[in-house]
Amino acid sequence: MNPLDLSFRHKIPLWGSVLVVITAVAVSVTLMVQTYEELEEDLAINMGTLARVLTPQLFHAILRDDVWKAYELVRMPLRETATPDPHVDEIENIVVVDNALRVFVAAHPMAARMRTRLEDIGPDYAIVAARLKSADGAEAGIIHASGSSRMFFHTPLVEGKAKLGVLLIVVPEGTVLPRFLAIARYGGVAGALILCVLLPFNWYWGRRMAEPLVQLTQRMREVGRQLPEKLDPTLYTHRDELGSLFQTYNKMLVELGEKEELERQIVQSDRLAALGQLAAGVAHEINNPLGGMLMAIDTLKSQTVTDARTAKTIALLERGLDQIKETVGALLVEAKLKSRNLSGSDIEDVLVLVLPQVHKKALHLDWHNDVDGETPLPATLVRQVLINLLLNAVHAAEYQGQVACRVRVDGGMLRMVVANDGKLLSTEQMSHLFEPFSPLSEDGHGLGLWVSYQIAHQLGGVIGASRSTGCMQFSVELPMGSG
Amino acid sequence: MWQVVVIWLIAVLCSAGAMAESAPIRIGITPAIVYDEYLLMMDLRHYLEKKIGRIVELVPRNSYRETIDLLKRDRLDFAWVSAYPYVYLHHNLQIRLLAAPVLHGRADISAYLIVPAGDKITTGLPQLKGKFFAYADPYSCTGYLVPRYELRQAGQDVATFFAKTFYTLGHKKLIQAVASGLADGAYVDSFVWDSLAAMEPVLIAQTRIAARSKGCGPPPFVASRKVSEREFNALRGVLLEMAKDPEGFRLLKRLNMDGFTVGDPKAYAEVARIMRFMGEI
Repeated sequence: MNPLDLSFRHKIPLWGSVLVVITAVAVSVTLMVQTYEELEEDLAINMGTLARVLTPQLFHAILRDDVWKAYELVRMPLRETATPDPHVDEIENIVVVDNALRVFVAAHPMAARMRTRLEDIGPDYAIVAARLKSADGAEAGIIHASGSSRMFFHTPLVEGKAKLGVLLIVVPEGTVLPRFLAIARYGGVAGALILCVLLPFNWYWGRRMAEPLVQLTQRMREVGRQLPEKLDPTLYTHRDELGSLFQTYNKMLVELGEKEELERQIVQSDRLAALGQLAAGVAHEINNPLGGMLMAIDTLKSQTVTDARTAKTIALLERGLDQIKETVGALLVEAKLKSRNLSGSDIEDVLVLVLPQVHKKALHLDWHNDVDGETPLPATLVRQVLINLLLNAVHAAEYQGQVACRVRVDGGMLRMVVANDGKLLSTEQMSHLFEPFSPLSEDGHGLGLWVSYQIAHQLGGVIGASRSTGCMQFSVELPMGSG
Repeated sequence: MWQVVVIWLIAVLCSAGAMAESAPIRIGITPAIVYDEYLLMMDLRHYLEKKIGRIVELVPRNSYRETIDLLKRDRLDFAWVSAYPYVYLHHNLQIRLLAAPVLHGRADISAYLIVPAGDKITTGLPQLKGKFFAYADPYSCTGYLVPRYELRQAGQDVATFFAKTFYTLGHKKLIQAVASGLADGAYVDSFVWDSLAAMEPVLIAQTRIAARSKGCGPPPFVASRKVSEREFNALRGVLLEMAKDPEGFRLLKRLNMDGFTVGDPKAYAEVARIMRFMGEI
């Protein structure tokens, strides 16, 4: 798998960690190189100072052939040990040679005997001797003999134009290394401590950046299949690009929900309209022959004397046909009937009608009627709708429960809201709420809401149901003047 | 510079005679004894001041030559020197023997030929031909006269016998030179070597005694010819009584000495003979 295809959840912390480590290593290496160079410079400065201190006195010691004085001088910078320890002693030996490059004195005489020729001491000393014989001997400097483990700081012993010999300070090549390693060790520990703080912080920050993106991506994948959940706004609270992406997503979700709801309402209203047409068609088809049949029965009853048995059968037929007429009549809501205008007292009448039922269930009724005077709406139909809704609410409410009813005129509309705190309807039940012969009706024929819907629809208004905070609410809006 | 002026002034005052009693007593100190221990020298000075009732000045010098010159020029009242300067100055009638230390119960001391501890072969001076040899001081008996006399007796040319020689000015430094390997050999005073064996065993362990020979007598305490009899007797009295005095005894222990005797000029007769043989006097 290509590491660039990794989830942000891993990629952001990983990249951050890699950058942190690279930065730490780069800074450390730079500082270490600088430290090493400074240590080497320090060594050269120290040796130069030492040589400057020793040179004048050594010059006079050679001049007077005072071996002991010269020995005491070169011995001073060294620790008082019989044999040098390369791990402890910065200076391995200090050798003074005369102009013939023979040893005049050495701080460790065993390593460089008096009067020995410099090249006879050892191979690296031979290289030094060769270099000193060339122009190098005239000035102070450092000789790194190749393949040797020693550095030679050489200073000519001069006073004025007279040169009596050369002072050689012999230092092991790795003398800077132990000090450098000690410094590097401290640096390494400090770097590790900083990484210990930075890496977890980077990891936490990276995850915190990636988590909202990851969730957003998961939600976006669901769009199209189903309406995804909203993102937790506490997941990312900042107002940067990511924050605004969050806001946009949540806004898009709200719009998607509204669109879906709208589509659902259109589908429902289309279905109900089709049902209405069908019901009206069927009712007319039934009503015509039904009228003939009822008239025939009337004629039969008035003109012919029949025996008791026939009379009984005719009565049976008449009752059956009446029931069909009643049912069909109920299905066929005729809103175009002429009716007087609605007044406030019509609404109050409804209250009187339902109060017995309210008292029976010991309900608390919250009643508000703001309709004052006449409104241009058919009183009978509006009363019928309100009675239907109120009786349903009373029926649905629990014993000693709450029922609320508000009726008011607002902006050229009559608004009626009826609510109860009974059991809430399921989404499935809600979607078939206004269809005829509702299975929700336990004792009626289930046409109450159908009739209410038809009335509201025919009056040019809307009726709807909603669930909110533990109560079922039905609302009707009717435009005034439509009756 | 002011020290020189002070020394000159003191010399002038000393020669004034009448004023001599109030002037400090100046005692020259040389590497004949382990003299470079400051605290020990301070304590010795305090002790002498207390006993004599006069201010004492110790005048340490690195080389015998300087002390000899100070004595010659009457800049010192007393001096603690070695056999060579004593014989040299006595020969010229410039000093008197004041006292001589008793070292390890013996009136004389011997001379050790020392070599580096790594040298297991050398048993005598002839084996050091062509090597590096360290002398103590051109006015030293053990550290200069003895090896040269020995070579002369053996018929060797002292000028060419060794590849190189140098002076360390002090017996302790002779031991250091041999211990470090700078010198292949040196003659040291047995008194100094034995004293350091207890004080600095690490240094001594780096050397080995290759041969022993007759020494030059204990380092004598001498008095300048200008010192009055009273002063002479006062200091001699203090030195002779030192071993009996608890504080003096403790000081002697630190100097690795048993006490002082009046000293016998005859003890230095052999040194004088050698010096005459070598043409030094």
